Amino acid sequence: MNGVPLTHILFVSTALFFIGMYGLFTRRNMITMLMSIELMLNSVNINFVAFNKYLFPAKLDGIFFTIFIITIAAAEAAVAIAIIINLYRSHQSIDVDDATEMKF
Amino acid sequence: MSNYAYILWIPLLPLATFIVLGLFGRKYFKTFSGTIGTASLLASTVLSFIVANQYFFVDGKVNGIYQKIVALKYTWLEFSPNVSIDMGIIVDPISVMMLVVVTFVSLMVHLFSLGYMKGEERFATYYAFLSLFTFSMLGLILSGNIFQVYIFWELVGVSSFLLIGYYFDKPSAVAASKKAFIVTRFADLGFLIGILLLGFYAGTLDIGTLIEKLTNAQSPEFTGMATAGFLGVSALTWALVLVFMGGAGKSAMFPLHIWLPDAMEGPTPVSALIHAATMVVAGVYLVARLFPVFNMDAAALQVVMYTGAFSALLAAVVACTQTDIKRVLAYSTMSQIGYMMFALGVSKYGGEDGLGYMASMFHLFTHAFFKSLLFLGAGAVIHLVHSNEMSDMGGLRKLMPVTHIAFLIACLAIAGIPPFAGFFSKEEILTAAFHSNKLIYGVALFTAALTAFYMFRLYFSIFWSKESTAHLHEHGEGTLSMKLPLVVLAVCALGVGFVPFSNLITSDGVALETHTNLMFSIAPVTLAVIAILIAASLYKTQNDKPAKLATAFGGFYRAAKHKFYMDELYLFITKKIIFPLVGQPIAWVDRNIVDGFMNLLATVTGKISELIKGLQSGKVQNYALYFFGGIAAIAVLFIYLWK
Repeated sequence: MNGVPLTHILFVSTALFFIGMYGLFTRRNMITMLMSIELMLNSVNINFVAFNKYLFPAKLDGIFFTIFIITIAAAEAAVAIAIIINLYRSHQSIDVDDATEMKF
Repeated sequence: MSNYAYILWIPLLPLATFIVLGLFGRKYFKTFSGTIGTASLLASTVLSFIVANQYFFVDGKVNGIYQKIVALKYTWLEFSPNVSIDMGIIVDPISVMMLVVVTFVSLMVHLFSLGYMKGEERFATYYAFLSLFTFSMLGLILSGNIFQVYIFWELVGVSSFLLIGYYFDKPSAVAASKKAFIVTRFADLGFLIGILLLGFYAGTLDIGTLIEKLTNAQSPEFTGMATAGFLGVSALTWALVLVFMGGAGKSAMFPLHIWLPDAMEGPTPVSALIHAATMVVAGVYLVARLFPVFNMDAAALQVVMYTGAFSALLAAVVACTQTDIKRVLAYSTMSQIGYMMFALGVSKYGGEDGLGYMASMFHLFTHAFFKSLLFLGAGAVIHLVHSNEMSDMGGLRKLMPVTHIAFLIACLAIAGIPPFAGFFSKEEILTAAFHSNKLIYGVALFTAALTAFYMFRLYFSIFWSKESTAHLHEHGEGTLSMKLPLVVLAVCALGVGFVPFSNLITSDGVALETHTNLMFSIAPVTLAVIAILIAASLYKTQNDKPAKLATAFGGFYRAAKHKFYMDELYLFITKKIIFPLVGQPIAWVDRNIVDGFMNLLATVTGKISELIKGLQSGKVQNYALYFFGGIAAIAVLFIYLWK
């Protein structure tokens, strides 16, 4: 356990974050975009847990925050899927490029 | 000092009537609105008489001097402990006198209108406006703060505008109401500046304190005001002349009189109320209210005197040539108000020298009765004949006996024949003028003769002249509600001259001994009688003498008939001088510079948005990119550049 330094874990979380970001910008399907956002949230969770473990082992704040974020992510997924369903009903598609009514 | 707070009900009743009739009148009390208005005003009138009785005969007098009582004071807007705008009620001899005059004449007009305006489509609106006017006028009279005077002064102007333009489907009435409003509004500009000047130097807007401060020649306020000057005239004179300008506008003094004759487009009872007895004397009342201050400045009083005298003479000359009976009466009103003005101008404050002040108020008092009687009589005549032109009348004395007698009494009163009311007040004015300024006395005497002449020209043209051309009389002389005010006012025109006025109302509240000098009365009365005889010989029967006389006067007659081209002069000044030289450049600046600046801002904003609107692609992922880009930029900024 002690063999893994903090920087390795931070590297994983950063990689995960930018993979999520890349997915968010390149995918046109809203479900995939939602999944990318979840990746980004999870990378933050890894950060919290890692910092808690390595820097403040006597405390539990980072772990609490992680649990909050997981809860909020669940709620967010519900809202996002509701939006996606509505989008599908009105546009017969869940491709974001088909929903450009807010163009100037 | 007893409680006068119940005076508050006198103006509040008409206000309540105005609100009720204005909001609900047309829908719910279409036929009863007149009765409601009259009944509420009757209550006000009764209260006014109670106040007058209490003030003059019970407790107004302390040690032989009539006191100035502040019955009610409510600070409405406070700028500093000294300068505040109060809403208050002040009780002193002139306000009580005006209270009685306004409510009484207004009551008579309300009563008369019941018959005169019957069947009008906007009957309730008419009574609502009348109530609004009565409320404003009463508020003006009772004001103890000069700014409160100004507020009610404008309210009076608005209600006058509404009533003149009552027949708003008639273009001439609309034009007349606009003219009246604009001319008086222009004069009120002077009034406002005058108020501000007085308030600035005296440090107060309360009339009582103002008078106290400015009548003490040693006080710093007075010396400050008398020494500060502009264009070689002291600030005190400027302020008073500007205040007088406001008064001259409302009271139709030369050269701001042009609105009054046109204002006759309103319903005749309105003319009787507003343009004979109440609103037009507001200017006189204002000067009287501030008279102690005017007394400190001889130059301002001179202005008042000469303006009054000139207006009196000019209006009398014009009145001799007019053929519209209401216009004759309008000019006669202007002439009589000129009388009141110069009587104030020749007066001094206090004691024997205060005769002019007392005479002016006396004339205001008597004039209200006989002039409203004349207007209501004219209203009855117009109601029957359906025309304002003298040539359509004649021989009406058998058709309308009550109106005939009432009108005759009023004519005798205004001509100054004893023992009618006008004789007494005119006599006092002439005496005051005689002791002060012989030139003014001469003008006054000549005007008195002219007054007798034109009034009897009117009288004979309406009631004698040719034989009546048998009109259709579907409504006869008028209803009882029309005859009753005529009779009551005729009795007043006969009797009010005997009121011991000099004991009640003087400049300083001390009773004044007036001695009627019989020898002195000979000149004016003889002149008046001669003038009446001339009028009788010219107009009693139809003949060609008036036409010959008119040709004999030639150009002068034509000029007088066209009111000395005052309207044309005003049109020339406004259309040829003010519009192209002042109005158009200002309009240009407004359009191109003021508006131009705003348009520039709008154009620049529009152009910029045109340039950057491409950023609004409508693609969610673009927005996300901007968002992350922004966060990255901020992160770089804070981590590396913000040191």
